[in-house]
Amino acid sequence: MAKHHIHAQINGDDVEYLCETEETLLDVLRDTLHLTGSKEGCASGDCGACSVMLDGRLVCSCLVLGCEMHGRTVETIEGMAQGETLHPLQQRFLEHAALQCGICTPGVLVASKALLERNNDPTETEVRYWLAGNLCRCTGYDKIVTAVMDTAAAMRKG
Amino acid sequence: MADTATNGHAQSFVGTRTIRPDGVDKVTGRARFGADFNLPGQLIGRVLRSPHPHARIVSIDTSKAEALPGVKAVITRDDFADQPSEFIPAGEMMMNYKDVVRNVMAREKALYEGHAVAAVAATSAAIARRALKLIDVKYEVLPHVIDAVAAMQPGAPLLHDDLFTAGVEPKPDKPSNVAKRIEIKLGDLEAGFKAADLVIEREFKTAPVHQGYIEPHAALASVSEDGTTELWCTTQGHFIVRAHCARLLGLDMGKVRVTATEIGGGFGGKTVVYLEPLAIALSRKAKRPVKMVMSREEVFKASGPTSGATVRVKMGVKKDGKLVAAFAELKYQAGAFQGSPVQPGVFCAFAPYDIENVHVIGYDVVSNRPKVAAYRAPGAPISEYAVESVVDEIAKKLDIDPVDLRLQNAAHEGTKAAYGPKFGPIGLEETLNAIKKTEHWNAPLRKWQGRGVASGFWFNIGGETCASLTVNEDGTVSLVAGTPDIGGLRASLTAVAADELGVPYDKVRPIIGDTGSIGFNFLTGGSRSAFSGSMAIVEAAKQIKSELCARACKLWEAKPEQVEFSGGAVRPLGALAEKVKPMTIADFAKVAGKTGGPIGGVGRINAQGAGPSFGTHMVDLEVDPETGRATILRYTVAQDAGRALHPAYVEGQYQGGAVQGIGWALNEEYIYGEDGKLQNAGFLDYRMPVASDVPMIDTVLVEVANPKHPYGVRGVGETPIVPPLGAIANAMEQATGIRFTELPMSPPRVLKALKEKGLRKA
Repeated sequence: MAKHHIHAQINGDDVEYLCETEETLLDVLRDTLHLTGSKEGCASGDCGACSVMLDGRLVCSCLVLGCEMHGRTVETIEGMAQGETLHPLQQRFLEHAALQCGICTPGVLVASKALLERNNDPTETEVRYWLAGNLCRCTGYDKIVTAVMDTAAAMRKG
Repeated sequence: MADTATNGHAQSFVGTRTIRPDGVDKVTGRARFGADFNLPGQLIGRVLRSPHPHARIVSIDTSKAEALPGVKAVITRDDFADQPSEFIPAGEMMMNYKDVVRNVMAREKALYEGHAVAAVAATSAAIARRALKLIDVKYEVLPHVIDAVAAMQPGAPLLHDDLFTAGVEPKPDKPSNVAKRIEIKLGDLEAGFKAADLVIEREFKTAPVHQGYIEPHAALASVSEDGTTELWCTTQGHFIVRAHCARLLGLDMGKVRVTATEIGGGFGGKTVVYLEPLAIALSRKAKRPVKMVMSREEVFKASGPTSGATVRVKMGVKKDGKLVAAFAELKYQAGAFQGSPVQPGVFCAFAPYDIENVHVIGYDVVSNRPKVAAYRAPGAPISEYAVESVVDEIAKKLDIDPVDLRLQNAAHEGTKAAYGPKFGPIGLEETLNAIKKTEHWNAPLRKWQGRGVASGFWFNIGGETCASLTVNEDGTVSLVAGTPDIGGLRASLTAVAADELGVPYDKVRPIIGDTGSIGFNFLTGGSRSAFSGSMAIVEAAKQIKSELCARACKLWEAKPEQVEFSGGAVRPLGALAEKVKPMTIADFAKVAGKTGGPIGGVGRINAQGAGPSFGTHMVDLEVDPETGRATILRYTVAQDAGRALHPAYVEGQYQGGAVQGIGWALNEEYIYGEDGKLQNAGFLDYRMPVASDVPMIDTVLVEVANPKHPYGVRGVGETPIVPPLGAIANAMEQATGIRFTELPMSPPRVLKALKEKGLRKA
């Protein structure tokens, strides 16, 4: 079967690509478009390292197909900083040492941003349940949760 | 002429929470991990794995796979020369190349489900997958054995017919699955038990658990026509990878250049080779780059884990709480090849205590499971869990507070450890006292809640280390280290370099150099990289400072005693100070060409004097009698860091280790069916802690300086995973009145125990 010809918007850019039916969005991002910030930790939707926003909704990009993207909008970690300015979450993850190895960090950041866009004043429990789909093996989550709460507080102050 | 940015810089960065130099790349997705590397023309490699836990490989026919269009290379056991039996150090464990060559590619037999049997390289992943199906392997399926205790019984299926138990006299005349027996003795155990007023003996079981790094193993190899080999891989030690690959494939080390990519977690599991020699062998055959990445299922079935074990502990104590005798017998699963971490398990078992009479025996047992790999303080959490459980029971029986009982018996400076050395200054008592000072210590508990305490010990190591500092033309500094940075190493080393040279932190740019750009470095493991790396940096900086002083003497026509290096500059002393102005590093950089050439230093050391790190953990949990689920409510870690180079990353080690320990204690386990196949090779069924499973992890940084390190540093990475198992088991006992002697204390096991105790209706 011929490859699918897809037009999508990724991080604000109009992007065109060809993909096989069985290729996931994650495969397309990493292998075709060379956006390797999204990581594959499990390919089964359990670790969240491949988290992206699809039409404003948080998804595991390993669980959607590249050929489903026609006319749709995808935001990845590569689109999070604006020019030279890091997103407040990115800045506070650095300040709080909320990463050790950093492999889960892109997914955690994308998921955290999605949370703060819905709820700018989450409780610790809300942060923990929202991020329950993002595995981190290094930090024990403490500094991640602290960084997200601190960012929310700072963003509320404007 | 002074550069204001580096003039007389006196700020100290060691001990502060600087932003990690590699941080921006890691929060923007720019950082390149193992699977993020690609080369033009690369092929995709895939591994064919045994579906059987134990089978003789009668034949392998690869002809159909080789004939498939797009397949460029196929390798099997025939592509690797056999290796003689020879033990070499690998991290804190030993390995044997005869076994390594068989683990990377099965030879006579497949010894566990998932054992590599063949590999292909093809122009696409889809073609590679199709090619694997065309490889015809004829197996003669053999009876298997999964459990180590079962594997020790006479008549158990034998994995290796040339494996005779080492460490027993006389040498056995029959092979068995027991690779080794080791023991340590101190004092007179029998006399110790005779003098005891109370003796407690218990048997414990732990399940094998995986390191659980989120990044799967990945390697990209490129071999040219003249044999020049380049390899990019995710590893804790690229020099070790080079050594293994050169050995297994008969390559000159000088022709192999290995680059450690950013590493997405390792915890000991990335100290060995799996895909790396296969990728090189495929690339050598295909003459094209070959990229290989494991799936999560392959990671579970064919890499890691650490041992499951059976541990019997017997301890004797006087009425006043003085421990007088301690015995333990450890049986550790090694997986398919010998080399479990039973030796460190034996050494660590009673290390936190000052006991006169100690005897520990350990067995290293092979069975049809993946070969174990190091996992954070390898072996120690298992034996210390058993000991800490018995110590807790002793405290309860004698009605002594468990922290006070530990303080009464704690190892301290001068204590002779049963495994040999006398401890220097150590901080165990300080961690116990720190725990008592927390508000947590006195917080009230409700029904079904319990509080547990346990201590833990790990040796820590130093070892061969190189690091270089180069002063660039503008006075900035390039730092090259050779141990992969797994959790903030570059931040720590940069702070040390900045302080030593008296330059601002952001004027030092660190990288992890490849095997061609710096001298040999042992791997990142044994809590050694910040300890040893900072010592090498101090040495490199010393060379620079001494060189700059010599150059100043020439320029100023001065004697050595008339100058000194301080605050980032060579300063004239005495009368000379009235004639000439201090020269900063940047000043020297500008005139380097006229004063002797490029400026730099290389620390090449075999770091000695690693100070052990002790820790004490306290945990509160609540058991739900309806489901058997234990919820961690509160957690405090106190651990001796010697000196925290970067407090936030030290805390991170404490917190991360504690949560890994929580997973080990409560949920994680390898589950095998009767068929010898792993049933939970995925993150859904192998249940690691998620954010909603755990509370904040409070930390107390105890600092009892290590006198053998210029900054007082002790390694901190491993000890944090040692105490959680015992602390949580002790809290479970307080919450339920039940002493759990088998891990994990997962909801079904807890529920069953509650029903048996009549605490919940059946």
